[in-house]
Amino acid sequence: MGEDGSSVELLNALIVFMNFVGIPAITYGSQLALGALGLTLVYGILRFSNFAHGDTMAFGAMVTILFTWGLQALGISFGPLPTALLALPFGIAVTAVWLLATDRVIYRFYRRQRAVPVIYLIASAGVMFVTNGLVRFIIGPGDQRFSDGERFIISVREFKAMTGLPEGLAIKTTQGLTVVTAIVVVTLLFWFLNRTRTGKSMRAYSDNEDLALLSGIDPERVVMVTWLIVAALATIAGTLYGLDKTFKPFVYFQLLLPMFAAAVIGGLGSPLGAIVGGFVIAFAEVIITYAWKKVLTYALPEAWEPSGLMQLLSTDYKFAVSFALLVVVLLFKPTGLFKGQSL
Amino acid sequence: MSEPYLIGRNMTGGYGAADILHDCTIAVDRGEIAVIVGPNGAGKSTAMKAVFGMLNLREGSVQLDGQDIGHLTPQQRVVAGMGFVPQTANVFTSMTVQENLEMGAFIRTDDISHTMEEVYSLFPILREKRNQAAGELSGGQRQQVAVGRALMTQPKVLMLDEPTAGVSPIVMDELFDRIIDVARTGIPILMVEQNARQALAIADHGYVLVQGRNAHTDTGQALLADPDVRRSFLGG
Repeated sequence: MGEDGSSVELLNALIVFMNFVGIPAITYGSQLALGALGLTLVYGILRFSNFAHGDTMAFGAMVTILFTWGLQALGISFGPLPTALLALPFGIAVTAVWLLATDRVIYRFYRRQRAVPVIYLIASAGVMFVTNGLVRFIIGPGDQRFSDGERFIISVREFKAMTGLPEGLAIKTTQGLTVVTAIVVVTLLFWFLNRTRTGKSMRAYSDNEDLALLSGIDPERVVMVTWLIVAALATIAGTLYGLDKTFKPFVYFQLLLPMFAAAVIGGLGSPLGAIVGGFVIAFAEVIITYAWKKVLTYALPEAWEPSGLMQLLSTDYKFAVSFALLVVVLLFKPTGLFKGQSL
Repeated sequence: MSEPYLIGRNMTGGYGAADILHDCTIAVDRGEIAVIVGPNGAGKSTAMKAVFGMLNLREGSVQLDGQDIGHLTPQQRVVAGMGFVPQTANVFTSMTVQENLEMGAFIRTDDISHTMEEVYSLFPILREKRNQAAGELSGGQRQQVAVGRALMTQPKVLMLDEPTAGVSPIVMDELFDRIIDVARTGIPILMVEQNARQALAIADHGYVLVQGRNAHTDTGQALLADPDVRRSFLGG
């Protein structure tokens, strides 16, 4: 095999890598980042670890699904894009009402008591169970299908026909959509936090609560705006995850660990950290649980061809990756990568 | 004699069951600098916090411009015209200098650019560092941000809790100069100070507190000259 042959081999290795590691991890990372952003905002402003966040995502996705089905029944579609995008604003609105209601009934009580964070944390676990039960009661515990529209931006067959390579690369519509939506949402959020008066007052409140009060910033308003943003982030993250993978209430509860790990790795309370943390977790999870045999077969000389699967950890254990990373960060850099608050 | 602009009269109270202040009176009048000094644990900061409404008074009253403000929360007192600079955690460390000033003016709905310009001309270093995070500044610069933030509400009286705590002597002198500059703009200043000698030197009125009581009250110069005060607090 000559020079040409080996560079084609490397190209194939790259395509297999992108198809099974790169693109899925970027997609998953975007979803985790949006979820972790919600967690980190609640931590920064309301100062507690919100265990209900995973189930808030399930709730938001559920409402979006119900509206999606309604729109589908009415024969309304969004062309090549999923109808769920049209249902998103309704999902966000209902989720916002739900979050503001839980705040009014539960968290505000503890705010007035000036409760310590661990009490909020336990209260949020209660909210988690109630939300979880409500979601299962309304939509059921099983899988729900709600994606429609064009399935692929590029399918494996099209890619092979286009390039003439033996290996194919597929980009699902939901993957493209996830990344684009995440970029738009994050840009809007950062613009809001850094450029608007309300956004700055949220940062001020998160930075120094007493001084924010002295400056005349109304804590109840800051808290309300925070819940509205969290509702939007959670619903968008939950819906994108459901579109890309599947909607099943229990899966969102399981997402809590990687999302927390992402927020802590980035530094709790730091929005930028949550995004970076999301991608760190996603790439670590996919890289460690992926069977590298095919990529290595292309990339390495023939004599070195691996005989095993070259998989470090079974996918069944993917949550162990987040957990291990979480422990390592808490041991060696408890404030995370971006100078967040330590737990 | 007319009423002082801001006065906490015969204040008795503390944070919990035990009283820290005992029949303590603190006042500042228009165009004046009033300074509270005294040994550690004398209740200097507590007296100022009492005037600002941060603890419950069992007895005594607080009046601003002749109005009783005893029932107002600290936040409401800010709206009423009192600017307060806490001793610690007095800036938003993760926000830029300019954002700190903007947050100081949060309660205002009118154009704040003029006030910001005034703050920048009082503290020229802040203009230079306006896009830098306040947490990255030196101790003295941070205090200037803290005072600037409080000035953004256009307060009618400014209260400073140990503005020179933890800064070097050179920076301390500069801060005192800046504080005099602020006072020259016509804002009455009430401040608590550890550095009694320098503080009394610029004070129109001085309050020496001992164990939560008024021990000596006079003009700054008179207190500096008082042999009793010199012996007990100023090291001879």
